[in-house]
Amino acid sequence: MSLIDLANPSRFSAVTARVLPWLIVATILAFAVGGVQTYFAPDDYQQGATVKIMFIHVPAAWLGIAAWGVMSAAALGTLVWRHPLADVAAKAAAPIGAAFTLMCLLTGSLWGRPMWGTYWVWDARLTSVLVLFLLYLGVIALWHTIDDPTLAARAAAVFTLVGAINIPIIKFSVEWWNTLHQGASVFRIGGSAIHPSILVPLIGMLTAFTLLFLTLHLAAMRNEILRRRLRTMLLMKADAAARA
Amino acid sequence: MDFGPYAVFIVTAYAAAAVIVAALVIWIMLDRRRLVRAMADVEAQGLSRRSGRKPQEKPRDKPEGNPEDKP
Repeated sequence: MSLIDLANPSRFSAVTARVLPWLIVATILAFAVGGVQTYFAPDDYQQGATVKIMFIHVPAAWLGIAAWGVMSAAALGTLVWRHPLADVAAKAAAPIGAAFTLMCLLTGSLWGRPMWGTYWVWDARLTSVLVLFLLYLGVIALWHTIDDPTLAARAAAVFTLVGAINIPIIKFSVEWWNTLHQGASVFRIGGSAIHPSILVPLIGMLTAFTLLFLTLHLAAMRNEILRRRLRTMLLMKADAAARA
Repeated sequence: MDFGPYAVFIVTAYAAAAVIVAALVIWIMLDRRRLVRAMADVEAQGLSRRSGRKPQEKPRDKPEGNPEDKP
């Protein structure tokens, strides 16, 4: 089966119905492995036990940004190819990305209080992530404001691509400005600056969270396809009633 | 496991993450259930998707008859 075949909404629903149970099992197993690795990970020599927060904070941050990346790719699919599955992917990813960005903000705040002495500071990294969360709320509101899914998809796609400017700002904020937030330590040129005893559990949790995102996104996409079918049928019913 | 003086921050962070993930999972499951029920209701009223309909039978061609029957 080619990707083109999978791009058909009915075929996509059928294939994901078979794939989802396996993805759920893989996600649970990945969280079990990541959880055990996290439990046995040593305390950091400077930050003590608070390093445990990193195992959920970093994956949440990664997925908050990655979900906007998925939406941006889908936005291109909407605007260039006008593919209905791209609209579905973008709409389904928005609430999930918003939830992970909120998780990033909350866990970061709870990590900042004991390490920095404050829950919040208006530095470039924290502020740009807060802007990302507000952008998510904006795009979700946009989807719900316009009744016609095709029109809503186009408006949301333009909004998403404009909002994508914030992604490199988040990434490089710690280099461009003097921030309280630390610089990149996981994904950086020259390799990770984290000791393997902490890096391995972090990669385990990153894998588990990524599988969770994939599972939730596919499930939400299936829901959205069903919602559109239902809408079409209700419109057909209303049309038939109007003709009668 | 002893988290020392940071226990409240660590436990709250994990609890917040668990609540957010649980909310996402429950929201998607409830949404699915609601949509499936609504779809079943609509289908029970006799509506079906165009792509879900059985292909219509072709109308039978009118019998041409035997040319020999022509006057």
